[in-house]
Amino acid sequence: MARKLRHKDVVIIGLGWTGSILANELTDAGLDVVAIERGPWRDTATDFLISYAQDELRYRLHHELFLRPAQMCVTFRNNSSQTALPVRTWGAFMLGNGAGGAGVHWNAETWRFLPTDFTLRTHLTQRYGANFLPDDMTIQDWGITFDQLEPYYDQFEYLCGTSGQAGNLKGAVQPGGNPFEGPRSRPYPTPPMKQGYGHVLFAQAASELGYKPFPQPSGNLSRSYTNPLGVTLGQCTYCGFCEWFGCANYSKASPQTTVLPVLLRKSNFEARTDCEVTRINLDRSGKRATGVTYVDTSGSEIEQPADMVLLCAFSLFNVQLLLLSGIGAPYDPNTGKGQIGRNFTHQTMSGALGFFDKDKYNFNPFVASGAIGMCIDEFNGDNFDHGKLGFVGGGYIGEVQTNGRPIESTAVPPGTPAWGAKWKQALHDNYLSTIVGGSCHGSMYSYRDVHLDLDPTYKDRFGRPLVRITIDFHDNELKMSAFLTDKYAEILQEMGAAQVVKKPRKGPYDVTQYQTSHLNGGAIMGTDPGNSALNIYLQSWDVPNLFVQGATAFPQNAGYNPTGTVGALAFWSAAAIRSQYLKNPGPLVHA
Amino acid sequence: MRSRKQWLFALASAAALCASACGAAAAGIDKQDFGQIERGEYLAVVGDCAACHTLPGSGHAFAGGRPIETPFGTLLSPNITPDPTTGIGAWTDQEFVNALTKGTGRHGTRLYPAMPYTYYTKLTRDDALAIRAYLNTVPAVHNAVQPDQLPFPFRMRWTLAMWDELFFKPGTFHPDPKKSAEWNRGAYLADGAGHCGMCHTPKNFLGADDKGQRLRGYALQGWFAPDITNDSRRGLGGWSVGDIVAYLKTGHNQTSAATGPMSETLNLSTSKMTDADLKAIAVYLKNETGEGNAGKTASADPPDQTVMKSGEQIYADECSGCHTPNGKGIAGLFPSLNSSPVVQQTDPTTVLHVVLRGALSVGTKPAPTAPAMPQFAWILSDKDVAAVVTYIRNAWGNSAPAVSAGQVAKTRKMLVERSD
Repeated sequence: MARKLRHKDVVIIGLGWTGSILANELTDAGLDVVAIERGPWRDTATDFLISYAQDELRYRLHHELFLRPAQMCVTFRNNSSQTALPVRTWGAFMLGNGAGGAGVHWNAETWRFLPTDFTLRTHLTQRYGANFLPDDMTIQDWGITFDQLEPYYDQFEYLCGTSGQAGNLKGAVQPGGNPFEGPRSRPYPTPPMKQGYGHVLFAQAASELGYKPFPQPSGNLSRSYTNPLGVTLGQCTYCGFCEWFGCANYSKASPQTTVLPVLLRKSNFEARTDCEVTRINLDRSGKRATGVTYVDTSGSEIEQPADMVLLCAFSLFNVQLLLLSGIGAPYDPNTGKGQIGRNFTHQTMSGALGFFDKDKYNFNPFVASGAIGMCIDEFNGDNFDHGKLGFVGGGYIGEVQTNGRPIESTAVPPGTPAWGAKWKQALHDNYLSTIVGGSCHGSMYSYRDVHLDLDPTYKDRFGRPLVRITIDFHDNELKMSAFLTDKYAEILQEMGAAQVVKKPRKGPYDVTQYQTSHLNGGAIMGTDPGNSALNIYLQSWDVPNLFVQGATAFPQNAGYNPTGTVGALAFWSAAAIRSQYLKNPGPLVHA
Repeated sequence: MRSRKQWLFALASAAALCASACGAAAAGIDKQDFGQIERGEYLAVVGDCAACHTLPGSGHAFAGGRPIETPFGTLLSPNITPDPTTGIGAWTDQEFVNALTKGTGRHGTRLYPAMPYTYYTKLTRDDALAIRAYLNTVPAVHNAVQPDQLPFPFRMRWTLAMWDELFFKPGTFHPDPKKSAEWNRGAYLADGAGHCGMCHTPKNFLGADDKGQRLRGYALQGWFAPDITNDSRRGLGGWSVGDIVAYLKTGHNQTSAATGPMSETLNLSTSKMTDADLKAIAVYLKNETGEGNAGKTASADPPDQTVMKSGEQIYADECSGCHTPNGKGIAGLFPSLNSSPVVQQTDPTTVLHVVLRGALSVGTKPAPTAPAMPQFAWILSDKDVAAVVTYIRNAWGNSAPAVSAGQVAKTRKMLVERSD
């Protein structure tokens, strides 16, 4: 029998980016908020020490910051004819754990999606005709527009101090920025990052080819910055230990460096770490959440009653908790009915290696940062004519030198032995003069068969079914990846590479090959309960005092990193809760 | 002297009689005078009463029981809530005023000078009564505290009379007509209720202020409370009045961050003071000349160049990422070591403390970041710490005596033994 605690106004499941932002907004509104976080408490000076934060073995290879598969796992298969198996060690994506969530270990690439990304099905159908899209592609409009979300993108960027160059200020295209971006209301809060030699060379070559390169928007800051909450971030030292790592010197935007210091000072906020929510409780009608049940480190089961539940865990686990709690109808790929688990997506990443003459080029790859680099957006979204190409979607292409770490940054030309003296010599000859940081950040659109559900066999440590991922690449994405990779390879050639090795994404989807940790969808937002699990304010259609945050709500993924949009949606949802829901609790959109 | 004390006792008794006979109003407290209560609350903040009289985490304001560390042993602070049996509810106002300004307990017993009556004596009677008026309004908490925890011979309170004879000069603050009203206000606050010198003035072997060394820094509780005179190297000479106000208000200014015991003082006291009062204190402190060794190097012998070279390399590897290669740090985040008074104190305790154990700077509403310094005790040897600390004390125009591995070892041992 669970011990029942005193009632709270709001219980938040997961204290990552969205949990922190929502907690701050709702405590500002005067509510009594408790956040329940599965992982440990983490802060900069005690957990990301400057003396050992840059330990590639510990953090990158041994996954120090991530969820332990023994703690919680997922199962995976490519299609419904296969039997899914548990993922015993993380590969294709990394699952954050602890205060700050994935906001601790991200690379801090802080993008906005394109205006047409939000009206994707309508836009593509209008431009290319209804028959242009594959039959099983289930992309849809988000139900909101870029312009509606713009103030909240702005809010997130000013929270983070994002470093970048505006490309479109209130409709006026700006030199040096991304000319394809939607109109922004003001410039980035801090100037772009300093660029390394490889980035400068990429930008020159891209310009030669007629593209308009621009610096990648970065949450690792070009200079110190104090955000509107009064929290100060430092200047990036370009150490190149961002993704997989916590930042040791307060220069990567994370909940720890932007929101949590303010939140912790509030008497109406409480965080309970190392506590795992096992279900969202509903009343007898099934239409109202009464709180959550969680298990603490002693194994005790505890019930936390609350007026509102905010589901702010990682996308996969948001969906798992909805399914385990019996909220909404599970998605059935055979009938297309049900919303929970539908339109799950990842990313379609590819790249190319560029080997340059070692006597002429020195890229100093260790001078790096997670979101440094120069990019082009000519081949993202629908910025280019897909009519003759036979696919939709795209991605930004960039030279992004995120690191020169000693264990993994060891690209050698094809034909080199995999070990021994010749391998060492080749690595010695190529380390400084090879471009490995290029990437084509391809979109992944949604399909009828790609989905999440509960595994029929495998259980977690509490005996609950694991979430099962069914995912494979479709031809559309593989064609797109080949196209983007070719374009990137052309730029590498233009830069002067002696040898270019293309690495387009190939099927089948491989759960051991890292792409990104951008898992999206599964409980998407939309305009009515027939096409979505959540309304446009991320409120559950089924349980109106439940809001589900994060990339879970993306109807499909775009050709960008998702965190900027995740942050914007959190502020958008918080604004709706504060200005509408709290005054009149109930559905914000009537179905 | 003896006769003066007898006279004082007589006066106190008379006042006590009057108070009991005439009621509180005649003694200067009107329960409906909310202005007086509010002023008293503010003065209790300035005096930082809560720091000693509230046990952190107890939820009982002013109920005492907090251990007070002194060079002679640890005391427990008494309960000063209005509880009639375990607090001061039964005290007359005059008894309260006497305790505050004369260091005498209820029946003439002597208070330990851990209670800063040597400073509070400068309070006007009106202000002392205002504090009493405020304390009358806090919830009474029944909490019996036995303050006497000191070992022999210090637990013998009669010896305190001799201490007072030697070191205590009672008397209300007298404004200096030659100085500005602002300076006088600053002096009244800093030397009276604020009792800055309690930590920042060096003490003699019996724990009394060394009057000739006012505000020039003192080692206590595992830290060195730095020089806060206007000395240009070790004091506040390089800080503007605005820098001092920002520091006291927010815990941070462009070059520095509060940590250690000053964090608590900031949270409970200075951050809640008015800007005008903080400015007055700053103006006052900027007028304290201190040692006046401007421009002079602190030690006759320049530090060993091999040690400096080694320290420079350790600095580059371990420190420069945050404090930047030129030692200037990042405003609001990483304190400047370049020209830093804390770094250049003759006594390196604070720097060693911070390097070995790390430190969490204070977070306040206007400056909530509360950045922290990680600890290096686990990675740097005594010799390494000595080298890097000697380096930062003598790089970029800084100057302070070199630190030996032996000093580091001693501080390391002290920190192992201290839990705070």
